[in-house]
Amino acid sequence: MTSSRPTPSVPTAPAPAPGGIDPRGPRVGAALTAVLLVVVLLLGGGLPATLLLAVVAAGFATGAARGVGGTWQAWVFAHVVRPRLVPPTELEDPRPPRFAQLVGLVITGLGVLLALLGVAAAVPVAAALALVAAFLNAAFGLCLGCELYLLGARLRART
Amino acid sequence: MRGPVLVLAVLALASVIGLVWRARNGRFRASGGSGSAADDARDARLGAEDLGVTPGERATFVQLSSEVCAACRSTHRVLSAVAATEPGVVHVELDAAQRLDLVERFGVLRTPTTLVLGPDGAVVGRMSGATDRAQALAALASCPRPRRDAAAR
Repeated sequence: MTSSRPTPSVPTAPAPAPGGIDPRGPRVGAALTAVLLVVVLLLGGGLPATLLLAVVAAGFATGAARGVGGTWQAWVFAHVVRPRLVPPTELEDPRPPRFAQLVGLVITGLGVLLALLGVAAAVPVAAALALVAAFLNAAFGLCLGCELYLLGARLRART
Repeated sequence: MRGPVLVLAVLALASVIGLVWRARNGRFRASGGSGSAADDARDARLGAEDLGVTPGERATFVQLSSEVCAACRSTHRVLSAVAATEPGVVHVELDAAQRLDLVERFGVLRTPTTLVLGPDGAVVGRMSGATDRAQALAALASCPRPRRDAAAR
């Protein structure tokens, strides 16, 4: 608790979104990521699995740094998938999927890092966690990173 | 052979999570249910001093949103349209990050979460996740009637 209960009484809605993106892009990207993560799990352990997880982490890193539109998955979507689809009916705020890319980077990056430090089990654990998130995003449109955002804000306010 | 089993187990778990999430999205839940975080706020009331606007005579939708939230905007459209067409209904959208007092008080875990207030500003329930028009109208139907009606009977 940093301050007393009463707060400014002026209602404040969140700031309007910057330019929107096609919401199907991040979901297709998540599907591609999920396929790679399935391969990581099928490889089991060892160097190939660690290397492939590093590739996935690198994808998340570009997404976190440049926005979800800057990933190789977004390139595939723009050049292969989107030309075959009708234009989107609604655009989406690019910040939630970008935040989710950061969450993905933390999970898979930790997996690679721990594997390099000798914790072999970190690769399948990180891949399984990331696969749950990527599958939920692709199949259900559920963005776990976005759902976590408010919990993060509450924790930050407490410390 | 552990790999394929692991993959199937992970995908099955994710599917269960997804189905539960989808079924709960936007559904109105009355407060005071056993074990819910809303228990603490059972008799909670919100007024103009909390919201910055006068609550509606019939109902008020207090939507807690964050900027990192895609479903907040579709929910905003739905609720503001309901407020525009249903007499006595007010919709107010607040930034959860700036209203952590409300977030803590009502145990809000996700955005959007919409607190539904009855005629006297009492919190009667909530809707979490993307909310559609039918769900918003169902929440309105769960609100008690304005006291004026009760007095006139």
